[in-house]
Amino acid sequence: MKGHTFWNDLKNYKVILLMLLPAVAFFLLFAYIPMAGIVIAFKKYDYAGGIFGSAWNGLDNFRFFFESGDAWRVTRNTALYNIAFITVNNALQIFAAIMLFEVGGKWFRKITQSALFLPYFISWVVVGAIAYNLLNYDIGTVNALLRGLGLEPVDIYNTPAYWPYILVIVAAWKSLGYGTVMYLAAISGIDTEMYEAAEIDGANIFQRIMKVTLPNLYPTVIILVLLAVGNIFRGDFGMFYNMVGNNGLLFSATDVIDTFVFRSLITSNDIGMSAAAGVFQSVLGFATIMTVNYAVRKYDKDRALF
Amino acid sequence: MKQLDRKIFSAIGYVSLILLAVLCIFPFILVVSSSLTEESKIITDGYQFIPTAFSTEAYSILFKYPQEMINAYLVTIGVTATGTLLGLFLTSMTAYALSRKDFKWRNKFSFFFFFTTLFSGGLVPWYLLIVNYLDMKDTPMALIVPMMLNVFYIIVMKSFMSSIPEAIVESAKIDGAGDFRIYVRLILPLSKPALATIGLFLALAYWNDWYNALLFISDENLMPLQYYLYKMLGNMDGMRKAMMGAGAVVTTAIPTESLKMAMTVVATGPILLAYPFVQRYFVQGLTIGAVKG
Repeated sequence: MKGHTFWNDLKNYKVILLMLLPAVAFFLLFAYIPMAGIVIAFKKYDYAGGIFGSAWNGLDNFRFFFESGDAWRVTRNTALYNIAFITVNNALQIFAAIMLFEVGGKWFRKITQSALFLPYFISWVVVGAIAYNLLNYDIGTVNALLRGLGLEPVDIYNTPAYWPYILVIVAAWKSLGYGTVMYLAAISGIDTEMYEAAEIDGANIFQRIMKVTLPNLYPTVIILVLLAVGNIFRGDFGMFYNMVGNNGLLFSATDVIDTFVFRSLITSNDIGMSAAAGVFQSVLGFATIMTVNYAVRKYDKDRALF
Repeated sequence: MKQLDRKIFSAIGYVSLILLAVLCIFPFILVVSSSLTEESKIITDGYQFIPTAFSTEAYSILFKYPQEMINAYLVTIGVTATGTLLGLFLTSMTAYALSRKDFKWRNKFSFFFFFTTLFSGGLVPWYLLIVNYLDMKDTPMALIVPMMLNVFYIIVMKSFMSSIPEAIVESAKIDGAGDFRIYVRLILPLSKPALATIGLFLALAYWNDWYNALLFISDENLMPLQYYLYKMLGNMDGMRKAMMGAGAVVTTAIPTESLKMAMTVVATGPILLAYPFVQRYFVQGLTIGAVKG
């Protein structure tokens, strides 16, 4: 009995618990305490009163957020962009991984893989600069090309309609190398006997990919997509902010929850509404993860995240 | 006939891979060549793939008064080195504790960490905590501490350490080694591939970070490189002032467009030079992670 009491455990695990202490303190401070800070969304925040001294104002912050007309727009944009990113990025990465695996010699493979990985290493600030370089109205490469062909230049930074395409392309471009390596690793793990068996059965290369490679990639795809779906209401702030910044002309097509929350907090200093939008985002995200995880669990217990 | 499908497939493969590779590299060449093109040529003909009028003026202006740029470099190097080392130490120590199979509460602690990826208080409480309660605004701490630990890295590290045979830990225990000693002397040396991978992830995140600076830094002496670049790109007047403040007598017009690109090149340089070597470790690390699932 003695060895099983709580205090004895505490003594036994003393060093391990001490080793966990910094990380526990970190997440308590930077993750759990901010969760308690959700009360700000229900308060009329003023700096003198702080989080707990400010007066309550019920659901007013949420009412402002939903009545501003921004709520629907930013939620729709966030979700649609993420759905597009998940579909396009994964399809392209799987395609590139299969091609890299099946085609070419060692050197060709090395060089192309390095090239695909390059965009992953640079910051969104630099990507923003490159986009400006390409898309700028007066001197951008795209417009220089159009003028050279005798066509009308397009004012891309003033036209919301182009941006869904541009952002999807940029997201695919930046993540291509990283995702390709993930899938390449999964393909390399496929049992070669399966390929040999397919060969003996007379499968051509296209059949081989459809019948052996793709089905074997399925588990990896599920895990990566699951993780991505859980974040469907989170916008990649670095990307949207550096590509679009505070260009209000484009907001109808480019504003996502994260940029909206940032703007309300820093630019318009509307702390209450910003917090309310943040809570709305967290609750939506949590509900999505739980639903998706529950559905996957029902379908196949081993594939669920938790 | 068996060869025909192979040939068709290879043709598709080569063409599409070469196309994708070119699309990935092309923008970088454009930036470098624009930074080396004469300003007047950019104004009339736009940014160019191959400089038709070669000029290093942008770089000579940039390097004439490099104080601010050098300062930003030093901030970034300092933050990256400190953050990566601290982060790596804390991540591996936490992962070690969670990987110990004889630690009864490890699932409880794992969930404590994992839950923070499911639900969060959002930007506002986090921001107010750091600015109003921890007083980190305009301190190097604001650039280092918030990014130090990441649940995903802890999980990757933990799953690597779990694959180290339990017998090693047990025999060390019999020899009388304590937990911390086992972690430092045995587990860390055996975890080099995981440490290299997570270390690279952390270093890249710190090097490319501008978000924490955007939120927390207004002191110009504490601006990291990417944020400095962001500021300069968005504000050419600021750039002019920086040049003049550094003692430049601006007699001729500053070539803003090529200067923007030269700044981008200088701020990206080290990453572009290091990346072919570093990439290999990333690929190895990701491969290990992917196979483990």
